[in-house]
Amino acid sequence: MKTLEKPVQQKAGKKSTGNLLTKLIKNQIFIPIAALLILVIFNLIADPSFFAVTLSQNSAGYPVLSGNLITILDNASELVILAIGMTLVTSASGGQDISVGAAIALSGSVVLRVLCGTESRPEALQAPIIVAFLVCCVVAMAFGAFNGVLVAYFKIQPMVATLILFTAGRSIAAWINNNELPIISDESFGYFGNFIPGIPIPTPIFIAIICMIIIALVLRFTKLGLFTQSVGINAESSRLNGINPEFIKFITYVILGLCVAIAGFIKVSRFSTINYSVVAKDIEMDAILAVALGGNALSGGKFNMAASILGAYVIQFLTTTLFKFNVISSALPAYKAVVVIILVILSAPIVRDKIAAIRKKLSAQKTTVKEAAQ
Amino acid sequence: MNLFKNADGSPKRMSDQNLLLTITIAVFFLMYICAVVFLGSGFLKPQTFFNILNENAALIILACGMSLVMITGGIDISVGTLTALVCMSCAVNLDYNGGNVLTAILIALGIGTAFGLVQGYLIAYLEIQPFIVTLAGMFFAKGMTTIVNATQFNVANEEFQALKSTRITVPGMGSYNKLGNYVPAYVEIGVVVALIVVAVLFVVLRWTKLGRSFYAIGGNSQSANMLGINVKRTKFCAYLLCGILAGIGGFVYFLHVGSGSPSHASGAEMNAIASSIIGGTMLSGGSGNIIGTFFGVLSLSTIKNIVSSLGLDEAWWTNITVAAMICLFLVIQSVVLSRKNKAKS
Amino acid sequence: MQEEVVLKLDGICKEFPGVKALQDVEFTLRKGEIHALMGENGAGKSTLIKVLTGVYQKDGGNIYLSGKPVVIRSTQDAQNAGISTVYQEITLCPNLSVAENMFIGRTKSAFTNWKKMNEDAKKLLESLDIPAKPTQQLGSCSIAVQQMVAIARAVDMECKVLILDEPTSSLDEQEVEKLFKLMLDLKERGVGIIFVTHFLDQVYAVCDKITVLRDGKFEGEYDASELPKVELVSKMLGKDLNALSDMEKPVAVSDSTDGEAPVFEASGLESTSGIAPFDFSIRKGEVNGFTGLLGSGRSESVRAIYGADKVLGGTIKMNGKEVKIRKPLDAMKLGISYLPEDRKRDGIVGDLSVKDNIILALQVMKGMFHPISKADAAKFADEYIKLLEIKTASPDTPIKSLSGGNQQKVILARWLLANPVYLILDEPTRGIDVGTKLEIQKLVLKLASEGKSVTFISSEIDEMLNVCSRLIVMRDRKAVGELSGADLNQSKIMETIAGGEKVYENA
Repeated sequence: MKTLEKPVQQKAGKKSTGNLLTKLIKNQIFIPIAALLILVIFNLIADPSFFAVTLSQNSAGYPVLSGNLITILDNASELVILAIGMTLVTSASGGQDISVGAAIALSGSVVLRVLCGTESRPEALQAPIIVAFLVCCVVAMAFGAFNGVLVAYFKIQPMVATLILFTAGRSIAAWINNNELPIISDESFGYFGNFIPGIPIPTPIFIAIICMIIIALVLRFTKLGLFTQSVGINAESSRLNGINPEFIKFITYVILGLCVAIAGFIKVSRFSTINYSVVAKDIEMDAILAVALGGNALSGGKFNMAASILGAYVIQFLTTTLFKFNVISSALPAYKAVVVIILVILSAPIVRDKIAAIRKKLSAQKTTVKEAAQ
Repeated sequence: MNLFKNADGSPKRMSDQNLLLTITIAVFFLMYICAVVFLGSGFLKPQTFFNILNENAALIILACGMSLVMITGGIDISVGTLTALVCMSCAVNLDYNGGNVLTAILIALGIGTAFGLVQGYLIAYLEIQPFIVTLAGMFFAKGMTTIVNATQFNVANEEFQALKSTRITVPGMGSYNKLGNYVPAYVEIGVVVALIVVAVLFVVLRWTKLGRSFYAIGGNSQSANMLGINVKRTKFCAYLLCGILAGIGGFVYFLHVGSGSPSHASGAEMNAIASSIIGGTMLSGGSGNIIGTFFGVLSLSTIKNIVSSLGLDEAWWTNITVAAMICLFLVIQSVVLSRKNKAKS
Repeated sequence: MQEEVVLKLDGICKEFPGVKALQDVEFTLRKGEIHALMGENGAGKSTLIKVLTGVYQKDGGNIYLSGKPVVIRSTQDAQNAGISTVYQEITLCPNLSVAENMFIGRTKSAFTNWKKMNEDAKKLLESLDIPAKPTQQLGSCSIAVQQMVAIARAVDMECKVLILDEPTSSLDEQEVEKLFKLMLDLKERGVGIIFVTHFLDQVYAVCDKITVLRDGKFEGEYDASELPKVELVSKMLGKDLNALSDMEKPVAVSDSTDGEAPVFEASGLESTSGIAPFDFSIRKGEVNGFTGLLGSGRSESVRAIYGADKVLGGTIKMNGKEVKIRKPLDAMKLGISYLPEDRKRDGIVGDLSVKDNIILALQVMKGMFHPISKADAAKFADEYIKLLEIKTASPDTPIKSLSGGNQQKVILARWLLANPVYLILDEPTRGIDVGTKLEIQKLVLKLASEGKSVTFISSEIDEMLNVCSRLIVMRDRKAVGELSGADLNQSKIMETIAGGEKVYENA
């Protein structure tokens, strides 16, 4: 909430001085853009070849684009989709869902279960892919609804309520497939996580774009955004204006469930199999980070969807950059944790107030100096 | 405020705290009796019980720290990966850096204290949500563990091995094995540490100003401020203590397993939270009890033992059971709370 | 006389940006005296209390304690100086025992001696005749007992001045009796008590002196025995009873009595807020109002009508047809709008723009999937910004950066846009400058002439007289009278509020 009020207030106060640059700086989306620029410049200096994109043959013999940029766009897809749902959940309930990683494992497991039927390594698909996807959506939304009920109606703090699925999700995922690791041999299933023959761009990028378009349309043609923000900012006011705050909170968790289903579907399609304890590990942290990096207050209220999405890409950029510098994947959390801590410290109201006070003092000094000079 | 007795001022209604504690202890005994009845006499042997203690000494310590912060109305989810970090650091110190047991203990305490200090400062003085801070702490510890050393290895240090294999016999609790030889019952050093921690914290929470302040700020931090309690410092102390206890718990865990690994104690924070919740500590703060937490850990591990005795020894069953128990007790608490609110209005 | 004075405030001033909250206020408290501090909303009572307890810093004036000037910078300073406060909201920890609540935060030792603490607490509770056991959990005590425990704590800290800030607003009659007994007991011991309340009867039951504040200024100090209730009300409301009693004639809108069913009719309406069941009706084009002092139940009544509090019983008819209002949306769909009393908590959605705040109610009624188009939203916003002359940088400015009066206009615009048949306005003019107040009054009359029904609540009787043709008078959460026609004048209203005589006419 704090992130937005100050800039706009200032803007309202002295609109005459607002040139393009200051306007940009005061916009919420500036934070992820700045972070992205820093990363780009850093990589340009360290190794310009980082940005090279080449057209090469993949193992199946199709020409595909490859390069770090493509990898970033490709790998960020799940995160972007999750960030969409997480932004809504954060806005409405003022908390985050930490079970998304486990829920991805779960929905991925459902997809495999439906596709494999009773066997663990079937020759042919036992059900149409679309059926598997729909079942997975239903299951993931049901689990989202479970979280939503605990948060909205039992009034349990979101992070604690989602702790239950965080703990049990991967185990339930394993249980769904009797702890076997099913492998799908049908190539067409892999199209959704890799390449569709003849198209040189990874499919997840398209799926992510479709999701972005859908959410853009939803926000444009329904008032979901207005209602969630209103509930997140002032639930009591919203109630007196006829909104049902519990239901809005609940529905955001169900929407996040849908996002989880799509992300889980991409994840299993990438490998045509699943590793319950590893798949989408720590992705909840990245999704929360994306929301925070987008300048959205983690305590709820106003949100900027585009900034969250951009935040997700920045995080993937950071991850890929760290990989490039030979940081092993299991050590990544440490670096990201540092970023999170810096972000939350900078956005803490107390720190902001202090910074504002210091700035005021400095500008006061400046004016006195100016006056003295005159 | 007698611990096991009803608050005598309200003869008709138990105080919530005592009610939850009673539920916990009843659940534990009920479960243990069920185990004895349905799963045979193995559970009757004292050593079975002591093994539960041996296995869970570290968890008891972690859960105690968790209870402290939960009583103040907060949460600390970094303790699990912190345990792994402590294990790995101690292991590396002992085997690669020529350390001895003393330096290892100092390292364990140092790491715990450092985490406690930083997290406590961020939460108490900068007023950042505890969950976000400790989530970052959790991931930081997780990453640091692999940075210290990425793979699992067993510690060879002799001094440490001697300490690890020290067994303290419990007189009069032994049993006869199939050959008719008397096998004395034993506990490991960690259990003694855990029991000391439980006893000390019990005293702290019940008789010291600091302990009572934890309850006060958990009950209503604004009121506590009005009553002349330094809320920020008290909160800071809770997270510091939790960090130090995670350090101690980490070392006890290390002593039990004798190795360093990034996957050590994974999910321990969830077990600690579950134990606290089952032990009657309210997530909303202000109520909780170390004795309850102790029984919470025992209940949790008993149910895990039951699950594995039933032949469902795949890891997922334990996780699902734990989650189900958290869910059950969360809902109980939510109902207790709303009942209380209704009674008030 | 002079040595008896425990506390003396002299020329206290306090200014907030744009508002002079306290101007040159004086207050004198003597030993063993119960002194009522009275004033309507915004009179400066709570500001004065906060200055005294160190929550606010005064901008001018002096505080003397037993004749010596003191400086109070924090709540701790106040406590150390012997000024203790018991607030309306209990500031104790419900999860701790009674004894602990009395002693926590005060002991020097790091360890708690439960036995000694319980014994001390027992003695104190007995000596003050408080019906609680030291070992009892505070949360299990009634609110009254909790309040008494808070008082006991204050007393034990050897306070010289005890401030009771609306302690009785959540107590029932018996509990109030108990509290009064305790207050009289303390008075015997020589404690000076400042008693802030809205209940006039209570003032006369226990107080020796009454100080009245109005608009941040000192109005006067009176002996309770020498100031009739009606006069007290007139002092608080700032009307000279004799001069004004027959002067103003209400600009009444014609009260149509042509057998048509009322637009809204409720009987035996009851909600969780603790008001007595009441009957109420309003006709097409009528403007009526609930009057009474703050805390008399006037807001709770309209909240019950709107379904804002959970309704426990009663029937509601609209245009003669029985309807159910379970939640605000039901009321909105029936064409009822409600402008809440607490603008900040219940009205505005702070971070949202002025435009979004204006269209919110209409949007909710249309439903999430039928969005008002951007063009329409902008049109509506511009229209109402112009119509109500809302001063805002742009329709996209967050509402919270507007001034109070403009925020109120935005909320008003929201409900006008919803085009209700029945509009409830709870304190629409609070904290708003005089010009805007008049505009809003005019607007209300205009709406009524267009055939809308309006219920209007205000702390200012002038305003009520200007717009309302019928007034329901409330006292102690009960409707105690209904005034209309010739009875609609200052003196009659004040008499009814004060409870001098029961007036049931033209019901």
